Amino acid sequence: MTDATPHPTSSERPGPGYRADAHTRRGVAGPRGVALGDGPILEVVDLVRSFRRPRTSLFRSPGAVDALRGVSLDVHAGQRFGIVGESGSGKSTLLRLMAALDRPTSGTVSFRGRTVSGVPERRLGFLRDDLQVVFQDPMGSLDPRMRVADIITEPLVAQGHGDREARLAELLDAVGLAKDAGRRWPHQFSGGQRQRIAIARALSTRPKVLLADEPVSALDVSVRAQILNLLADLVDAYDLTLVFVSHDLTVVRHLCDTIAVMRAGEVVETGPTADVAEDPQHPYTRQLLGAVPTLQGALAGRDAATLARRARAESSDGDPSHGTTVEPEEAP
Amino acid sequence: MADQTVVTRADDTAAASDDRLVVDGLDVRVGLVGLLHDVGFRLGAGERVGLIGESGSGKSLTALAIMGLLPDGLVASGHVGLAGTDGNLLDAADVRMADLRGRRMSMVFQEPMTALNPLMKAGDQVAEVLAIHGLGGSGRDRDRRALELLDAVRMHEPELVRRRYPHQLSGGQRQRVMLAIALANEPDVLICDEPTTALDVTVQAQMLDLVVEGARDRDASLLFITHDLAVVATVCDRVLVMYGGRIVEAGPVQQLFTAPRHPYTRGLVASSDLDAVDAAGRLPTIPGVVPAAGTFPAGCVFRTRCERATEACAEPPPWTGQYDDGHACIHPYGDEPVARDPEPRPDPRPDPHPEPGVSEVTS
Amino acid sequence: MSAAGDVVDATGAPVVVADESIGDVNWSLWIGAALVGLVAAMALVSFLWTPYDPYFVDVTNRFGGPSPTNLFGTDQFGRDVLSRLMVGARTTLFVGVVSVGVAGVVGTPLGILMGMAPGWLHRVLLRGNDLLLAFPALLLAIMFAAVFGPSTTTAMVAIGIGTIPVFARIARSGTVQVMSSEYVLAARSAGRRGVRLAVRHVVPNIASLLLVQASVSFAIAILAEAALSFLQFGTPAPIPSWGLMLFQAQSVLAVNPGLTVWPGVGIAVAVLGFNLLGDGLRDRFDPRLAGHS
Repeated sequence: MTDATPHPTSSERPGPGYRADAHTRRGVAGPRGVALGDGPILEVVDLVRSFRRPRTSLFRSPGAVDALRGVSLDVHAGQRFGIVGESGSGKSTLLRLMAALDRPTSGTVSFRGRTVSGVPERRLGFLRDDLQVVFQDPMGSLDPRMRVADIITEPLVAQGHGDREARLAELLDAVGLAKDAGRRWPHQFSGGQRQRIAIARALSTRPKVLLADEPVSALDVSVRAQILNLLADLVDAYDLTLVFVSHDLTVVRHLCDTIAVMRAGEVVETGPTADVAEDPQHPYTRQLLGAVPTLQGALAGRDAATLARRARAESSDGDPSHGTTVEPEEAP
Repeated sequence: MADQTVVTRADDTAAASDDRLVVDGLDVRVGLVGLLHDVGFRLGAGERVGLIGESGSGKSLTALAIMGLLPDGLVASGHVGLAGTDGNLLDAADVRMADLRGRRMSMVFQEPMTALNPLMKAGDQVAEVLAIHGLGGSGRDRDRRALELLDAVRMHEPELVRRRYPHQLSGGQRQRVMLAIALANEPDVLICDEPTTALDVTVQAQMLDLVVEGARDRDASLLFITHDLAVVATVCDRVLVMYGGRIVEAGPVQQLFTAPRHPYTRGLVASSDLDAVDAAGRLPTIPGVVPAAGTFPAGCVFRTRCERATEACAEPPPWTGQYDDGHACIHPYGDEPVARDPEPRPDPRPDPHPEPGVSEVTS
Repeated sequence: MSAAGDVVDATGAPVVVADESIGDVNWSLWIGAALVGLVAAMALVSFLWTPYDPYFVDVTNRFGGPSPTNLFGTDQFGRDVLSRLMVGARTTLFVGVVSVGVAGVVGTPLGILMGMAPGWLHRVLLRGNDLLLAFPALLLAIMFAAVFGPSTTTAMVAIGIGTIPVFARIARSGTVQVMSSEYVLAARSAGRRGVRLAVRHVVPNIASLLLVQASVSFAIAILAEAALSFLQFGTPAPIPSWGLMLFQAQSVLAVNPGLTVWPGVGIAVAVLGFNLLGDGLRDRFDPRLAGHS
């Protein structure tokens, strides 16, 4: 990597996720040397997003679904920030708003102190360079009519960066794909390999922040472990700030140092992973933790009935599957 | 070698008399491409057996072959026997299979939105499966029975739900409707194909409870297909591990997950446990990718990704051990458990990053 | 794309079933291509050679039946039917190309614009398009003929304009689908927007849809031109056009009914050919839409 970015390469401030024994790759830029001040790198304030329901009657107003009802949170540089929630919690909506791919109904998102919410696309160049997204579906997020080389270098083309050939080779190498992968088409790769392509694309502009929307939910168990390791390696090597959205508490607990638990468009609990996972304060967090089946738990005799009881326990409003007919995440 | 395998397993099969479902030497192929090879297992009365494997392993195909629902162009051979019916279900006429399906054996699919008729109310779909098999008396009786069934899967406000169309229900409600339909005619065998994969964890927990309870109350045998090891361990007594269209290991849950013998099972167990990491905080992985269906290596299907593979693995490994407790590997692990201490532990493998791409970069 | 045996995702049975159906010969595509090729060959050869001058009137040889000298016989003016049929194929293809070209070139960007426009603009454009869609192309062509005088050009421009909303609608629905995909979301998060987003992602992904529509519209255009010429709102005599030939044969139907056969067969072959080609292309590009699913 012939680094053209202005940050210094010394590592005087190893952050919380920094490990002395982590691999240092060729030409990798030093960790978080950028003068960020002490403010959060991503700041979300009172974010509200409502979707209009599809009209079903000629005479009645269709009403609205509140996907987000006043979410505030700070993500600091170097954090691995996990957002956990079930369907309809608004976690994906939040992620899209953080990436300025959608406009909030009210509230603001700021990146390094600059507002990004509601800003026209042509003035978002600074964000597009420094913040990238990896999506859930490794097939759906790659244009089937584009070759892998074009997919990976698309952010560079869009931002007008040069020397794309060399960068492509670096990126393929970094995510563990063969050198000739660039000439092929997305459908010629397995799910895990496609997610590597998506990760390579997200890293192409050397972003500071990586947003990941359920990047391993569509993958098989053994491939999931490979991709989680890859993400962890890359976050360490490139000093990324990671925002990781998932329905799976165990994955978030594994990868992240901070967790925010969302439910029905609100953050119900947030804190360091160890605290939230070991000593959950909110009843919903306890319910979520209790409902997750684990191999050790099951082998220790936790059967389905126990699991169901734990999933229901302390829940004030009964069966969570009850009542919701329109899930906000499915709204347009 | 392969013949020998079949013989021992078939002998074992004949010995058991209280088996509800016996599958033996099941092969499925499309054209010249084999998709399933010599799949054999049996379900005892009231037994709950898990079938685990990654995508492309052939686990769903196994279920479809048993139910006689294979897509056109796929040909099954071998033997599938259901207690109380004569002969091989693979040879049975469509009419006879249709009569057995939904009555003697039924299935819950992964995606309830596509498995339910979008233009039919939930209650009517439950009543329909009663009507098809000539049970449940008059139309009014059937409606009442449908309501009872919806209530039995602990549906909130079943009166309201039965008048709703599938798109008006949540994912969990739809899957409960599917289960009510599957259980409507008190089947002997219930097959669930990833029934909770599309559901939230809290909903999944309820659904797993319902499946176990539904099968137990009816003394039905359960074949539970999933990729999630923790779910299988929660639900089942016994596990079958599939890879590349073959069953590579079988055994009781406790034994198979604590001391797996087949390297594939071992890799699967290790990589699914997100709490067991190495000193660098990384997960153990199985190197490489799952080959596409029909492109698995000859001989041992796992040998291209296996650390223990030798030239001897080019021959199909014989089945070792009992019919329902054994493995197909010539280099099995012994009784040593999979290390799973939550503290960082030294990784037994020479390379802490067996994942090929990343290790290339570091070297 | 590289050969089979590449790493393809192992998603199990459905993929394999689709693979197997690829083994079936795509008859629609091949027969369609052959029929269209036949018409195209006739048109191309007519530039270099025809058995006789298609305009040469030979009153001594009127209503000549098929014979070794005049394979398809002669018409009421003694002109060689085969020669006129070959030159008529030019008109037919020309009309198809121009009218589908007009419709595609104008309708496609319009549809993409609709699909990418914000909600309110999208709705306004869509309703406007629906209004145009309700207006029959043939009626428009007759109006054009009344105003500008009947000619091949008026006919094909009118048919083309009448087909614009069809293309716009197809392009719009394809665009809406593409715009809601994750790869467009990914491209937007990479900073792609506007025209470049459309060119890079939308156009390649709706191209197959448009190609299918083009071949179907081609067939409709040929039929429309024939109808217009038959009604004498299209290609004027004596230029050979299959519709006009049909009209002229119809006036002498009582004398020689055989004359209606050749232009009729020509129209049928061309229309059938393009329709089959459209079906075949659809199967080729999207096996999921194919009948044998």
